[in-house]
Amino acid sequence: MPARRTALAFAAAFLAGVSLAQAQAQAQDRSIVVFSTTSTQDSGLFGHILPMFKAKTGIDVRVVSQGTGQALDTGRRGDADVVFVHAKAQEQKFVADGFGVKRHPVMYNDFVLIGPKGDPAGAKSKDIVAGLKAIKAKGANFISRGDRSGTHSAELNLWRASGIDIAKEKGPWYKEIGQGMGAALNTASASNAYVLADRGTWISFKNRGDLAIVVEGDNRLFNQYGVMLVNPEKHKHVKKDAGQAFVNWLISPEGQAAINAYKINGQQLFFANANAPGA
Amino acid sequence: MRGDVSALQLVLTADPALMEIVRLSLVVSLSAVACAAVIGLPLGALIALTRYPGREASIVVLNALLGLPPVVVGLLVYLLLSRSGPLGTWGILFTPQAMVIAQTILVAPIIAALARQTIEDLWLEYRDELAAMNVGPAGRVATLLWDARFSLLTALLAGFGRAAAEVGAVIVVGGNIDGFTRTMTTAIALETSKGDLPLAIGLGMVLIAIVVVVNALAWGARRAGERLAG
Amino acid sequence: MLAPETDLPLELRDVSVRAGATQILDGVTVAFSPGAPTVLIGPNGSGKTTLLRTAMGLIEPSGGRVTWGGRERVPPMRRAIVFQRPAMLRRSAAANVEYALSSADVPRAQRPKRVEELLALVGLSGFDARAARRMSGGEQQRLALARALAREPEVLLLDEPTASLDPAATKAIEDVVRAVAARGIKIVMSTHDLGEARRLAGDVVLLHRGRVIEHGPADEFFAAPKTEDARRFMAGELLI
Repeated sequence: MPARRTALAFAAAFLAGVSLAQAQAQAQDRSIVVFSTTSTQDSGLFGHILPMFKAKTGIDVRVVSQGTGQALDTGRRGDADVVFVHAKAQEQKFVADGFGVKRHPVMYNDFVLIGPKGDPAGAKSKDIVAGLKAIKAKGANFISRGDRSGTHSAELNLWRASGIDIAKEKGPWYKEIGQGMGAALNTASASNAYVLADRGTWISFKNRGDLAIVVEGDNRLFNQYGVMLVNPEKHKHVKKDAGQAFVNWLISPEGQAAINAYKINGQQLFFANANAPGA
Repeated sequence: MRGDVSALQLVLTADPALMEIVRLSLVVSLSAVACAAVIGLPLGALIALTRYPGREASIVVLNALLGLPPVVVGLLVYLLLSRSGPLGTWGILFTPQAMVIAQTILVAPIIAALARQTIEDLWLEYRDELAAMNVGPAGRVATLLWDARFSLLTALLAGFGRAAAEVGAVIVVGGNIDGFTRTMTTAIALETSKGDLPLAIGLGMVLIAIVVVVNALAWGARRAGERLAG
Repeated sequence: MLAPETDLPLELRDVSVRAGATQILDGVTVAFSPGAPTVLIGPNGSGKTTLLRTAMGLIEPSGGRVTWGGRERVPPMRRAIVFQRPAMLRRSAAANVEYALSSADVPRAQRPKRVEELLALVGLSGFDARAARRMSGGEQQRLALARALAREPEVLLLDEPTASLDPAATKAIEDVVRAVAARGIKIVMSTHDLGEARRLAGDVVLLHRGRVIEHGPADEFFAAPKTEDARRFMAGELLI
């Protein structure tokens, strides 16, 4: 009877679809969702430290990487248990607004100004402000993340520090791409432009083309990371125990040592500073 | 996956991380096609067999939905499943289920639209015979679905191709979480953003190979079936 | 709705069918009763096909009444039709017949045996596994007959069952029609072949422009047609 057979086939197909998906959802209890930035994800730091945390606690950490602004928005909507980002002012506002429990400093790395090896703008120096002024003066191509990420807000702060109101003074040389760090580096590589990047992503980035570091080592290029548990009083389903365990581990001596131990090509990418005053 | 090995090596050594990504891609896309078939085939049949005011308009809308942008679907499902959204209590955002839901929405219109065309053509042929045999509405739908099954397989394949190839919806609702919601396409996007273009291309080749193999299997099944059923 | 005891007599009273501005049947009154085959003849476009479909209940007349055993709107459980170009289900020959059996609520256990009998009756023994749509026109016509007979009808409507068939295939169909009629099933069939009408008909209905011109016993009709139109039709002069 074709009618019955077809109905059976339908039921079977539906059950198969649902149960396959269901099987994926097993063991969800001992897991947390952490929203972090593209720079930490792309640098490979999590691949290094999460297995250690899992071995100790049995908690699965699921990392979704977005720009800092986006990650904080996701936390505001209650879709993350923990946010681990790098834009101190935005983080403080997040906590002040009641979306995060408490901000803990974790580590820092630094930003570097990347540009063509030939340095057409003559931006090479130890001074980021002088470098940006030179780029603006020459109208040399500059790629901006333009995505409200931590790196983007750091870049905007640096323009401000250089006395340049970039929103008003930008010209066709200044391109906002609205994408992640990797995409910005790919774009800069393809168009021989300057771009501000975090050192971790730069070290592990492969498609460099003609790009090299133009400015590094300036104190103003310092990049602080903070971690926050999303406020369980705002969002009841936040896994506060597992989430807090992760936060505590990151700032514990053990977690801090794990961060310091992560190296690519012998270079340390992140510097743990949970106990540094004012970080 | 480490960036310092070539894509070819990953495939040849059946790298566990790569196999997990391939497995998840297949599970999510095939589940979505199964769910979309359950929705799309009867819906296509219903539109093919019934006459109602606004039918033409609904066909136009259905055909337009073939071009649904994946990222828009992803965003809608995201807002739906977000803790702050209407279905937030399900708590399935950033899980494979959420990816299946998004892809189901993406694929169901494709299956429904192609099924409607196929079934309507067959219905024009069968209508008088089935009426003369006093076959009721449910029996008609079942008969048409069964007899058009090899043509409908093509509709399912089109849906699978769309699901397996899209990145916009799964990256928004799945989050590209390593070892949990990372699929072929989101892995390709990630490797591209890391600047590892050879690995991205290698993963793309694997994806294309899988789609070709699935299509070849379905094509073989269709030919064998047609020889038997005409 | 409960089917009546019988679909016969099948009566059309003053039946009209319109399609847009065209009058396809125009006040047709005719009754089909148990007995020898009734053959509908008439030029192309005279309304034979529409009359058969209306008698089957597939077309709702715009005027007049169709009754089966004296009742209206009887679902097609005791009657069957073979269309001029029957649609073959995309299945094997045996599965086509089996489908008709299941549509007639024949219990599953009885079906394989009935399939064999019906295929044998129409001369298609051994065709069971053949894909129906890959069979020849004559074979498809006979398979459609087997499908119709699977429903064990009291009345079987055949729309030009031998049109476009070669003489051997035509003879095969006519043999089946005779065998079916001999079992007491009422046959109503259309044809444009006067020779076939002479060979098979118990009575003849001549249609022209959607009207019944003449209806009477076949021997009388062919020996001494009552109307001028009938004489002209048989002389090949009556056109639409």
